[in-house]
Formats: sequence, C-alpha cells, structure tokens
Amino acid sequence: MNKMKTAGLSAVAGLAFAVASAPVANADSGDTLAAVKARGEILCGVHPARHGFAAPDSRGAWSGFEVDYCFALSAAIFGDPSKVRFVALSSQQRFPAIQSGEVDVLPRNVTATLSRDTALGLNFTPPIFYTGTGFLVRAEDGIEDIEDMDGATICMAPGSTTERNVAQIFAARGMNYTPVVIENNKQLVDAYVTGRCDALTKDKAALPGVRAFDTQDPSEHVLLPGIFSKEPLAMAVRQGDDQWYDLVKWVVYATFNAEELGVSQANVDEMMSSDDPDIQTLLGVIGDNGAKLGVGNDWAYNIVKHVGNYEDIYMRHFGPDSPVALERDLNKLWTEGGVLYGFPMH
Amino acid sequence: MTDATPARGGKRPAKGLKDILNSESFRSAIYQIALGAAVVLLGLYLYQNVVENLQRQNIATGFGFLGEVSQFQIGERLIEYSPRDTYGRALIVGLLNTLTVSAAGIVVATVIGFSVGIARVSSNWLLQRIALGYVEIVRNIPVILQVIFWAAVIRNLPAPRNAVELFGLGFISNRGLAFAVPVADPAHLWMGLALLAGIVLTVIGTRLARRHREKTGRYVDMLWPGLGMIFGLPLLVWLLSGAPHVIDFPERQGFSFSGGATISPEFVALMLGISLYSSGFIAEIVRAGIQATPKGQVEAARSISLRPRFILRYVVLPQALRVIVPPLTSQYVSLSKNSSIAVVVGYPDLVNIGNTVMNQTGQAVEAIAVMMLVYLIISLVTSTLMNIYNRLVAIKER
Repeated sequence: MNKMKTAGLSAVAGLAFAVASAPVANADSGDTLAAVKARGEILCGVHPARHGFAAPDSRGAWSGFEVDYCFALSAAIFGDPSKVRFVALSSQQRFPAIQSGEVDVLPRNVTATLSRDTALGLNFTPPIFYTGTGFLVRAEDGIEDIEDMDGATICMAPGSTTERNVAQIFAARGMNYTPVVIENNKQLVDAYVTGRCDALTKDKAALPGVRAFDTQDPSEHVLLPGIFSKEPLAMAVRQGDDQWYDLVKWVVYATFNAEELGVSQANVDEMMSSDDPDIQTLLGVIGDNGAKLGVGNDWAYNIVKHVGNYEDIYMRHFGPDSPVALERDLNKLWTEGGVLYGFPMH
Repeated sequence: MTDATPARGGKRPAKGLKDILNSESFRSAIYQIALGAAVVLLGLYLYQNVVENLQRQNIATGFGFLGEVSQFQIGERLIEYSPRDTYGRALIVGLLNTLTVSAAGIVVATVIGFSVGIARVSSNWLLQRIALGYVEIVRNIPVILQVIFWAAVIRNLPAPRNAVELFGLGFISNRGLAFAVPVADPAHLWMGLALLAGIVLTVIGTRLARRHREKTGRYVDMLWPGLGMIFGLPLLVWLLSGAPHVIDFPERQGFSFSGGATISPEFVALMLGISLYSSGFIAEIVRAGIQATPKGQVEAARSISLRPRFILRYVVLPQALRVIVPPLTSQYVSLSKNSSIAVVVGYPDLVNIGNTVMNQTGQAVEAIAVMMLVYLIISLVTSTLMNIYNRLVAIKER
C-alpha cells in the first residue's frame, strides 16, 4: 500500500487507472469497519435520482428506500443515523466505485447476479427489494400486453441488466424492437416523454416514480402488467472483507426480523422490556451480538429507533400515500406470503 | 583547461574520461536515455499496479470477454448483429457507427465551414455580418449543449402518426427521417463503376488539358466536359440497363415506418451538433487562409485579366490551402473525438457500446483501453491522411 501513497502519480494515470489509484486498503478483513469508524462516516453509493429509492430533495437532503439502508447502517455503527456521506453514482460508475473503495457500500438498485458476484469481486447482501423489468407505455397506443409491442422502439439505460433482459424477452417471443440507449437519466426519460420511444423500460419499481414526477399527465401513461425478469436488488460490498459483509448483511436481517417480531419505530422503547427472548436478543438486552459484529450491543435497537423496521422503511417510501405507491407483492415477510426471510439472530 | 581549448563545437578528439563526460553530445544522450527510462519505468509501474490491485480485488482481467456472447441489442448497425453475437462484434458495430457519424460530420462541417468562411470575407455587408454572427454563436456554445439542443428539437417533431410528409418521398417525425430509396438493382453497381470511371477520366482530361496549355499556351476548359463525364456516364449506364425505377417508399406501419431507409434522430442530432460546432472554427480557418493571400497577388492577377474563377483557383487557393490545411486537420481530429458525446443522446457509437460492455462484464480497464486505442488510431489515421494532402497542396520549392 505504500506504493499507492507515493506521490500524485495517480493524476497522470487518469480514468483507466481509477481502479489502481484509489485507496484500496479495505480489501482485507476488518479494514472497512475500522476505516469507517476512523473516518466517522460511511460512504454510501446511491442512485442520483430514482424516486422512492434515492433522490435528494430541494434542500439537498437525501431520502429514499435505499438511502434509509445507509442510515440504518450508520445507526448500527455510530448510534446516529446521520453519519453518512452520499455519493451519487451512474450505472457505469457504480461498480468501479465500490471496487476501488470510493464507497463502502453500494445500495444502488444493483441486481445481484452470478457474474457480478464473481467477476466483479463483489458480495451481495440478502436482497432488500424484489422487482423485475417493467414497461411504461402511452395509453393512447393501446398496448395491453408485451405481445403488442412487436416493432416498438424502447428507451433504456446502458449497462443495466434491463438491456439484456429486453433482448431475451423479445427473442423468446420472436419479436423485434429498436433500442435507444441513453446514459443520462434526464435525457432518457425525456426521450420517452417526448415520444421518441414507444416504451420506457426500467425495473418495475422505478417506473411509478417516472410516471408521477416526469410526465405531464400521469393518467396518459400505463405500466404494462406483469414482471418480465428476476431483479433482486441487493446491497453490494467488496469481496474479501468478511466482517464488513457480515455487518451489512445482518443490518438487513435486523430490519426483516424486527418487522416479524412486531418491533417497530413506534414501539421499540416499550419492546425493550419485552419478555420474549427473541426480541431481547434482537434489541441487545441479552446476548452479545453487537460484539460479534464489531459494533455496540444496541445496534439493532438504534436501527429500529432511528430508521425503523422493514415495514416502516417500505411504507415511508412506497406506502399508499406516497406518490410512488407500490404493492409489496414479493416484498412481504415469508409469514405473509412474501420472500423476506430473516435468519435467526441467536 | 588551458588557453588552447578550442571553441565549442570545434573538432577536438576526445582525450580523456572528463572530456567525454563534459561533451555536449554525451550529455544530451544521457538526458535522453534518462527520460526514456523514466517514461518506461512509470508505464511499467502503473501497469504493475493495475494488475496487482485487480488481482487483490478478485476482479477478472484480460481480453477474453471480447469473445463472449453479448446478449444485448443495438439500435443502429451497418453490419449484421444480434444479441447472440460477441462483445467484440458489438464493439465493431459501435466503431462503424462512430466512423459513419464522423465522416458525415466532416463533410457537413467542411461544406458549411467553407461557405461561411468565404461569406466572412464577402463584400456584401449583410452576408458578412450574418456569417460573423453564425460563427460566434456556434463556436461559443459548448458542443454538448448543441447536441442536446438538436436532440430536443428533433424529439419535439410530430409523432409518426402525424408525421410531416415530404412530397410523397418520405416522412419527418420524431422517429427520424424516413425516405424512399431505389430498390437494389444490379445496375447500381455498374452505375457506381461508371461514376468512378467518370472521375478518373476527368482527372486525366484535366492533366492533358494542362499539358496542352503549357505547351501551346491555349486554355482548354475542362469544367463542363468533366461534369458531363462524372454525371453523364452513370446516367448512360442507367438508361442502357433499362432504367430500373422501382422505388421502396416508407409507409406507416405499427409503431413507426416500414420500407425505405431511415436516418435516426440520434444520428441527426449528434451529427448536426458536432459538425455545426466545428464549422464555426473551420469558417475562421478558411477566412484566415483567404486573407493570408497578399492583396497584391489578387490585384496582379486581375491586371492580367484572369477570370475571377481562375484567380480563386490558380492564385488564391494554392496559397490559402497552405495556411488552411494544418489547422483543418486538427479540426477533423477533434470532430471525430467529439462524436463520443453520442452517449448523452443515445447514438450507439463506440463509447456508448463500450459503456454497456464495460457494465455487463465489469472489466472497466480493458474496455476503456480498447476505446482509447481505437480513438488514437482514428486520430492518427486522420492526421496522416491530412498530412499527405498537405504535402500535395504545399508550395513546391523549386
């Protein structure tokens, strides 16, 4: 690592060497958590503007479902949800950013796939949001089903799993389409809204936000029924730091388990005096889970207290009153017919 | 050192080690070797660093991914391509698109740039002012904004079902320009060859005419015979092969148009943006070139009653081109590099496809290395060609 510190050579190296010139000290186990604690804040890589998941408000404060997981992580480590520095990343930038150590954790609409897990040198937490490829189309075009889209022009972002999914969806049905691939999200949405494309495709969970915020008249646009691929959105961390991976993973499970045990932001203080040993373990009244993860024993209490359980987080951003209301569908607990299944915490 | 020491550069046999160390040529050699070694070492160090760190981070390396199946579609392609083809082929599709838009951009920028540049020195006051206004606008607005501007203009054209019809020959809509093309016919190949033959004959004819003029002093005008051969020969071939006139007209069908040929909005927006931007600079280069020709030369040419056309061709242009060509080369090179702005409007050029490849495979370093190498080659080839042309138009010292 001394080599890395020798001089501003990295300035010469430019983009191609971003991988090399960034502080890569974190690849060894335990380094990330120590670095985060020493720095006093978490570097969290998020989407620049995806309503419901991550977007800065008019005063520049970040909010969203994925943003809340950054806050949860901060609450677990520091007992304070605000120790987060957000780094907005395009879909091209996101993987080099996590690989090089520019961010500590990547909750940025990342679909967990085998090749990303292996060839990119990443590890994925349990998915925090299950979705799939969706299509937004104009009501006046009379498209009711994917089968009606033969020959359509479709706007999509580059480098997303979507690009690949659409190719497979259309090939499987023997249909043709013309992709228009635009990196800049604003330009991409604009291309659809102005009619350059017949459909806009993204993860289905991202489309209500586009319809609500970017179209002139949301009622003129419809979401095609059905989900056309598996997109388990998970947080990514670098491979090789098992301690950090464990911590991020258990922060996710803590939000699942808190909901399952009925511990919510509203009642967490009362629950501290619960007799249920599972609740006592979760909140750190008994046991030493915190020490095992390298954080305070009240880590899960702090998550629920400051950010909430999974239901709190979900309803805050996708609840019926939100502009991007989304049914929970698969994102329900396993006890209620969904696929969220927190591992036991003893 | 004694007084006998000869002056610098004098012929003096090397006498001892000290003399060698102090000699100018030895020192300059040492400096050059040291610089070369430093560059090589720095390169090696950076390469080593990248490889080491990629390994440490468990990231796959190497160019094996170029042979893997891409699994994504590309909207515009000059060669056959499907998602079952490889990443390597996808990059070639992107490269061809880059070359297409650069070539079209260079032609448009040159035509507009030369016209505006000549208008800049026109004696017509209004024309001159308009040309000046045009130059100041296009070259002072960042090229990326111009590309986005044209993309926005085109997107706000009518949708296909309300497309503007062009005299039954095509449609303009926010899906681009769909226009009629003749159905492919074997005669087209022969017409192309006839065109080529016409050009070759014109060149030979012009040479002969010049030799005739130099020998006898009599001028033979090759303008009309030349144009006649270039356009007449293909026309003759077309008539002889039975005048095939089946035309493929675009028709509204489904979401867009079928039949005919289509130029996409992204291509037009990108091409207009980068070529108008460069045309402003080219206009100024042309103006400078024309004004660099001493006034007296033109006056002298007039005084021996040369026709204005000949003044331009034999007096002004040969001297102006000498000034114009070198900076024009760097405009062409920068225009082709500007085409990488394609990503913002979604034209599938090399960088756009490269981005997707980079994201699908995660091999950022390799993908960017491929892109850098390709742009380097494009730029070097462009400047080599322009240097050859420059040598042709340069004043021959006799």
